[in-house]
Amino acid sequence: MLLEPKIPTRMGDGSLVEMTRSEIKADLEEGTQIAAKKAKVPELTQDELDHLLDIYASPARFTAVDIGDEVVLSNDGTGTKHIGNRVQDLQSYETLLGIDMPELWQADYSYKAVKTNVAHEGQSMKIAQALLTNPVQYGAMPDLGRYSMPDGPIPNWSELLPMGKIDEARDAQVDACKMLVEDINFVADAMIEAGADGIDMDTTGAAGDADFLAALTACRMLRERYPWLGIEIGMAAEFVLGMHGQLEFDGQRLAGLWPKDQLRMAEAAGASIYGPAVNINTGKSTAWNIARAITFIKPAAEVATIPVHVNVGMGVGGVPTCLFPPADATSRASKAFVEILKIDGY
Amino acid sequence: MEGAHTQASGMGGMRAAGDLVARMQMSKRMRLKEAKEYVAGKLGCSTRDLSDPVAMELVRKENGLGLVAMTSSTQAGEPGMMEAKFNISEKLDVHINCVEQFKERTSNYVRA
Repeated sequence: MLLEPKIPTRMGDGSLVEMTRSEIKADLEEGTQIAAKKAKVPELTQDELDHLLDIYASPARFTAVDIGDEVVLSNDGTGTKHIGNRVQDLQSYETLLGIDMPELWQADYSYKAVKTNVAHEGQSMKIAQALLTNPVQYGAMPDLGRYSMPDGPIPNWSELLPMGKIDEARDAQVDACKMLVEDINFVADAMIEAGADGIDMDTTGAAGDADFLAALTACRMLRERYPWLGIEIGMAAEFVLGMHGQLEFDGQRLAGLWPKDQLRMAEAAGASIYGPAVNINTGKSTAWNIARAITFIKPAAEVATIPVHVNVGMGVGGVPTCLFPPADATSRASKAFVEILKIDGY
Repeated sequence: MEGAHTQASGMGGMRAAGDLVARMQMSKRMRLKEAKEYVAGKLGCSTRDLSDPVAMELVRKENGLGLVAMTSSTQAGEPGMMEAKFNISEKLDVHINCVEQFKERTSNYVRA
């Protein structure tokens, strides 16, 4: 009896395992079925699953899109901070790696934290603008949790909720949201004055619907003042948590939104780029994870009127959750998103 | 990881024309296809050329759009980063923040 050959592939935690083509196929099917059921969206078509199988059931060390099908790479958190200063990082990403849109950022990746250091950040942006040709954006997380006690002045809604103090927890989030909107605007104004080409609100919605509302509100305010500004809203996860539960933007309840409706909100707020994020299940294969991620994002990519830059790295978008994502897994995810979803960038 | 992405599917930044297409996505909210067609139209090349560092070296050089600091751009007359961005703004008809601020802040020194 002939045994089906094993193919080296990756798990969601990055570990190298061997699976048969049939096992990879089964994981792709399960991944799309689970996502479709959760988000109430269509499963991937048979052609799409076959295409993914071709990409994932291969022992090749690397894979790539066809010549001419390349996409734009925005790069949140550009650099490693280990090879000189931050602007040198940006320069090396421009000249050596060839990314398209480097991002200046600081290690405490939060608008609240940047606010206290904004003059220094602005000076770094000025230097970056003098030394780079690529558009340079400034990025940080909205990071609403920073405004709650003990880190901030607002009562902690994560403590209030288990005590049954629902109204107090909601009020706290609304108060924090107002402070966050102010801080994003403050930092963005300073960075734009220093020459920034764009502002990135990365990992948006990490603290739930109030976090997302703050980003959308700040985005709309920035768009009104700066019609030309690049504004990227990158998400924290595939689903907006309803930590408040009743917050709305343009009459749309934000809790529970999946990528297609997240995109709709980002478009309405005036964002230039929407960045969906689908987190990795480390106990499942990368094939399972990519099918799940693409199923969640496909309805958004199909109707988008603005560029969609999928978050594809280190625990999101089919790239394993590990410090040094292997090129075999990264390149497969890269190819899969471009060829199945026709996305605009990463 | 970034290296894997750039090799697998990236446009190459200013090694080719990824930076130019990125500017159209950022400032004019164009999706990829439209952005590539817009830039290719302005530069008089094909959309496939935009990811080709060999084709784009010539186009960038002809239009003063800046080159990665390698042998070709060590020529004394090659535009530096700010000059390249002035030319990109003009050629693509796109607002570039630092260029506009540069013009505004130095306007007192510009000869009529």
